[in-house]
Amino acid sequence: MTHTLLEVKDLKVRLGTGDHAVRPVDGVSFRIARGETFALLGESGCGKSMTALSLLRLLPQPAGEITSGSVKLDGEELLALPESGMRNVRGGRIAMIFQEPQTSLNPVMTVGAQISESLALHKGLDGDAARQEVISLLDAVGIPDAARRHNEYPHQLSGGMKQRVMIAMALAGDPDLLIADEPTTALDVTIQAQVLELIAKLQRERGMAVLLITHDLGVVSGMADRVAVMYAGQIIEQAPRDAFYTAPQHPYSQRLFAALPDSSKREQRLTVIPGTVPPLNQVFHACRFAERCDRAWDVCRQTAPDWFAQDDMHGVRCHLADPTLSVPDTSKNVPDSTEQKTTAANEGAGTELLDVRDLQVYFPIQKGLFRRTVGYVRAVDGVSLSIPRGETLALVGESGCGKTTAGKGVLQLLKPTAGSVCFEGTELVDLRGEALRKRRSEFQIIFQDPFSSMNPRMNVGDIIEEGMVAQGIGGDAGKRRQRVDRLLDQVGLRPGHRSRYPHQFSGGQRQRICIARALAVNPKLIICDEPTSALDVSVQAQILNLLKDLQGELGLSYLFITHNLSVVSYLADRVAVMYLGRIVEEGSVSDVLDNAQHPYTQALLSAVPALDRDAQREIIRLEGDLPSPANPPAGCHFHPRCPRAVEVCREAYPPSVQLSEGHSARCHLLGE
Amino acid sequence: MIKPVLLWTDALVFLLVFIVVAFGFYARRYEHLRAPWREVVRGRIAVASLVVLTFYTVTGLLDSLHYRKALPMQDGQVEVQYAGDVVSVLDGLLGGIATQAEKTYSAPFATTLFTRETVVDENGVQQRIFPRLKYGGAHLKDPLRERAADIAGRSLMAFVQALLFMLALFVLLALLLGRHWNSTVLTTAKRLWHGESGVPWRTFMITVSLLVFLVLLIANLAPVWHVFGTDKVGKDVLYETIKSIRTGLVIGTLTTLIMLPFAVLLGMMAGYFRGWVDDVIQYLYTTLNSIPGVLLIAASVLMMQVYMDTHPELFETMAERADLRLLFLCLILGITSWTGLCRLLRGETLKLRELDYVQAANAFGVSRSVIMVRHLLPNLMHIVLISVVIDFSGLVLAEAVLSYVGVGVDPTTLSWGNMINSARLEMAREPMVWWSLLAAFSFMFTLVLAANLFSDAVRDAFDPRMRR
Repeated sequence: MTHTLLEVKDLKVRLGTGDHAVRPVDGVSFRIARGETFALLGESGCGKSMTALSLLRLLPQPAGEITSGSVKLDGEELLALPESGMRNVRGGRIAMIFQEPQTSLNPVMTVGAQISESLALHKGLDGDAARQEVISLLDAVGIPDAARRHNEYPHQLSGGMKQRVMIAMALAGDPDLLIADEPTTALDVTIQAQVLELIAKLQRERGMAVLLITHDLGVVSGMADRVAVMYAGQIIEQAPRDAFYTAPQHPYSQRLFAALPDSSKREQRLTVIPGTVPPLNQVFHACRFAERCDRAWDVCRQTAPDWFAQDDMHGVRCHLADPTLSVPDTSKNVPDSTEQKTTAANEGAGTELLDVRDLQVYFPIQKGLFRRTVGYVRAVDGVSLSIPRGETLALVGESGCGKTTAGKGVLQLLKPTAGSVCFEGTELVDLRGEALRKRRSEFQIIFQDPFSSMNPRMNVGDIIEEGMVAQGIGGDAGKRRQRVDRLLDQVGLRPGHRSRYPHQFSGGQRQRICIARALAVNPKLIICDEPTSALDVSVQAQILNLLKDLQGELGLSYLFITHNLSVVSYLADRVAVMYLGRIVEEGSVSDVLDNAQHPYTQALLSAVPALDRDAQREIIRLEGDLPSPANPPAGCHFHPRCPRAVEVCREAYPPSVQLSEGHSARCHLLGE
Repeated sequence: MIKPVLLWTDALVFLLVFIVVAFGFYARRYEHLRAPWREVVRGRIAVASLVVLTFYTVTGLLDSLHYRKALPMQDGQVEVQYAGDVVSVLDGLLGGIATQAEKTYSAPFATTLFTRETVVDENGVQQRIFPRLKYGGAHLKDPLRERAADIAGRSLMAFVQALLFMLALFVLLALLLGRHWNSTVLTTAKRLWHGESGVPWRTFMITVSLLVFLVLLIANLAPVWHVFGTDKVGKDVLYETIKSIRTGLVIGTLTTLIMLPFAVLLGMMAGYFRGWVDDVIQYLYTTLNSIPGVLLIAASVLMMQVYMDTHPELFETMAERADLRLLFLCLILGITSWTGLCRLLRGETLKLRELDYVQAANAFGVSRSVIMVRHLLPNLMHIVLISVVIDFSGLVLAEAVLSYVGVGVDPTTLSWGNMINSARLEMAREPMVWWSLLAAFSFMFTLVLAANLFSDAVRDAFDPRMRR
């Protein structure tokens, strides 16, 4: 056994006082060896970040308090250190990088100055020596032209660059342990791949230990040596990575894997974990997962399970692992994962519902006193797509590529600059005022953030009724009420929820309400704008199942806007890949995902962290970031980042190349 | 016989009371409006300041019920004639204090004037003495010896009365809350005594009792003593200060009433419609903001003054004239002060209009006016409420400053500003006359402090991040 760097024992944290104090960390113990990557995996609200913050004693004050436990770094008890001693530990021996690079850097200080701050504190460097050190650190985290970047401000850097600067800051103190709290969640897949690779490289070079906090099973698989799964403030399973990925022990871990969407599950419903994480403001007397567990039996609801260690590395907190108990056979509950998808034969399926030709949405850039237009942000620059009835088209791309703008342009929430949007034979772009308002019931939208998509001052009944009232659908008040009840039932909520307010629901439930609201007006097309990206894996599966069921029942068409390729492979019929306002590749799911031709699509696919390390392909590393749509590169927009670019790519935008029936891409390399 | 008089400000004050009560009933129905207010009344400081504010409000409302007394019938007179001065219910309650005027300055609890005068006694000898007051301590034969005993006796009386009141309040609360909590009177009383209740009833009780004690103190002492002394023309300073409460409240509240429609409507329109509407509204408030407020107020008030002087026939009584000037001051203050809130609301609306639920409403084809009323307004209300409560104390202070500069309320209107203005000269006297400044200061300080503490509590309760 290698030398233990950090040892946490029975750590307990309390937020607030009184009966309703929240206990986000409730008896967490783990050990991290030198040079090891230890992943803390869990859904949102299960106490991962609180654990990390309490290691550094940075809990929110005055509410947060570490009530018991011990945190030993190299045998030194951190919880007993005075605050002044703690300051040397923070940054010096344990460094932390946060999820949101946009808000973790001070916008009014240059990058160099922010890194030197830490250097001055922990190494006593200043002046030219500090400058040299900063530049070598920036070099180490792969920032090109480090000497120039030294004097730049955070707003001049892209998201991925900022995260690199954050990492450089963390490295400044030469820490023994790096805590990475969801370091890539706010980044795109291609950037995520870059950052993860960087962390792994630095770890190898410097022999740092890394505590990786994430909710993403894919990220864990690529990075971690050992994995601990957290649920409701406790670690419920701990195992070496390979053991964990081949045979997870805890029912929760098992179901997490089953809930991940991918193409092999297309014909099935996804396994869901019913319900949500229980609120942590209570004292638990039973297993915390029992309510949501399909293998729970009486014991689970009566006593809290102990920690059953199989060996030093391996353990699980579940009654199933208790050798003294005879486990009843409850595995018969599992089969809902093999339940067949309901496929309804829809009338008129296959005929075109929506046909978008050369859609352009430009935002003018205005300058000066008279607001002269000096240029355009070409958010959507000539997008063509079509969706048949009852089918799903996925629009895939990184953030900033214009996919959401395209969705809003289709809905006429933003006036397109040019192009045509033909819905059931009607040209929507030409419709104005009342005529457009009347058609609005036929195409609806579901938003990404379930927290901002409902008016917090209206109750659920009013929210769902709003569209019906505006469109004059659903008859009088009594009939509307019945319809609301039916809709709530349809999306898996109770009619009694009608009089509640949005804040009383969890993220997944809110997304259900949003779906009910969209359904209330009998739409034919629903634009789903990243409807699951704000949700946890287990809840995401519930929503995806619901969307799939509704498509089967009602024959809806979806335009599914997302960056998550595994969702695409599970749900979509056709895929269009967007890059900088244009579609670079389009085709059926199998064509695009299994036989991608465009270099960008290939890079995108390779950057998705795979669960299975052996099957992981060579990551095609993309240099740099998405260029600005206000000033796209000449020629093929992708050529500055393309590993296979040739001379012609710099000169002309490639024409669309038909690769096979229904599969086309825009790339010069495919032409000949 | 009396003749009720409804001054303009009275009408608006009662309109405001009506609006507040109506809003209260409206808010009762909606959980999201009720919850923060429940949070407000759970804080001790908030409850204490609310009680103080209520006392001020009640005083102000009593002072807003105006009437004219009928004059005694003369022989051969058919129609009833009414007195020229308009008095309020509060004047009636205060009784003698209003009319017990001395000759000139006298210190608090004094029995003699503050200045020497030459008097001729019974024997015809001229003397430079401090003459006895007409009312203050007039019931005492030997003021030097009896004064302390008399004041102590009356204070003790007030104290005993206040204790009795507190006891009665305690029993009443125990009875009422006992029914509410479903517990016996005794256990309820125990819980009350130890302060074990969600709403801090004990704090409520103590504050009310303290204020009632002060009221009783005044009731016992004021008829025979000038508690805060008298001013230059011999008027009781305590009376002036109490009468000033209404002026302060009217300025603090009516100004907001005038300003709100401007701020809310224009701010929301600018933020939501954007384009030329936004340009016009922004132009309007930047222009208005760049004119010095005092200058604008001074110019308008002086113009109003000239108009009123040239049209004396419009006003039946002096009170009406003074009242119109007060209203006009509120108006002009309102017009100069809506810009801040308007800018705030415009910014918030700009944020709200991009939110998904407004976009969703657009996607449903909901009309723009409905979106403004249903989606924007309710989500702006907390900002409106917070800024109204915060502005209130600022406006009360603004009145004092403006009156000091000389462009505030009518010189005949009793107000803290006017009192402080006249105190300016008195402070320069030797020996100093300090009591009218102290009286105005302490009353204004208490009101502004209570309003500030209350607004803090309101802001915290409406801020989701502060919620426990």
